[in-house]
Amino acid sequence: MINLRFFARLREELQTGSETMEYSSETQTVEAVVAQLKSRGGSWSDLFGDGQTVLVAVNQEMCDRDSSISDGDEVAFFPPVTGG
Amino acid sequence: MNQIKVQTEPFDMAAIQEALRRSSAGIGAVVTFVGQMRDINEGDAVTTMTLEHYPGMTEKALQAIVDEADDRWDLMGIHVVHRVGPLQPLDPIVLVAVASAHRGEAFQACEFVIDYLKTRAPFWKKEQTPEGERWVDARHSDDQAESRWKK
Repeated sequence: MINLRFFARLREELQTGSETMEYSSETQTVEAVVAQLKSRGGSWSDLFGDGQTVLVAVNQEMCDRDSSISDGDEVAFFPPVTGG
Repeated sequence: MNQIKVQTEPFDMAAIQEALRRSSAGIGAVVTFVGQMRDINEGDAVTTMTLEHYPGMTEKALQAIVDEADDRWDLMGIHVVHRVGPLQPLDPIVLVAVASAHRGEAFQACEFVIDYLKTRAPFWKKEQTPEGERWVDARHSDDQAESRWKK
């Protein structure tokens, strides 16, 4: 299993803050997980679609789309940050 | 000693600065930055603001920024406090206080920490205006401010 987290605008528009996803050959990179989420249609394909800036953290460290994911990892998606 | 806090409660700016200032007689300079909530943004009145964060990652990201400041400059203490939850205009949002033997390093490190915090620490602002709620967009000028510090 991998644990997905969503924050801020993504959490609101997807109407969920977290979910678990089966770990498989289809979830071994960030890009592969994004492809799965995008294929759900509706807000999912809008928010993860081209031209949208979505940042990703694996196990609470910022990472890229080609980063690999291991079983049990926490993968978080969020918009560019606006603190301070 | 460095200190990082993410909290819903208001913080006492004077007390934090005073504790840092008094922590060593070798300190010759303390530079403090305070960011506060404005009642206007993008030309619209803002009545309240809500700050969301990513518990766990936010603290780690702040720690990484503080550690990097310590690597780059010769410092004698960094205190970072950031509020989350609902805020009103005039509420302090963030405080960055940096102590060093001389002012030059404290000024630079303080600006570095707030510039990196703005682009790397997971916080998100949502504004409540008379026309409804909206998420604040990231600013290009913040990316430019961060890139000045790239080695």
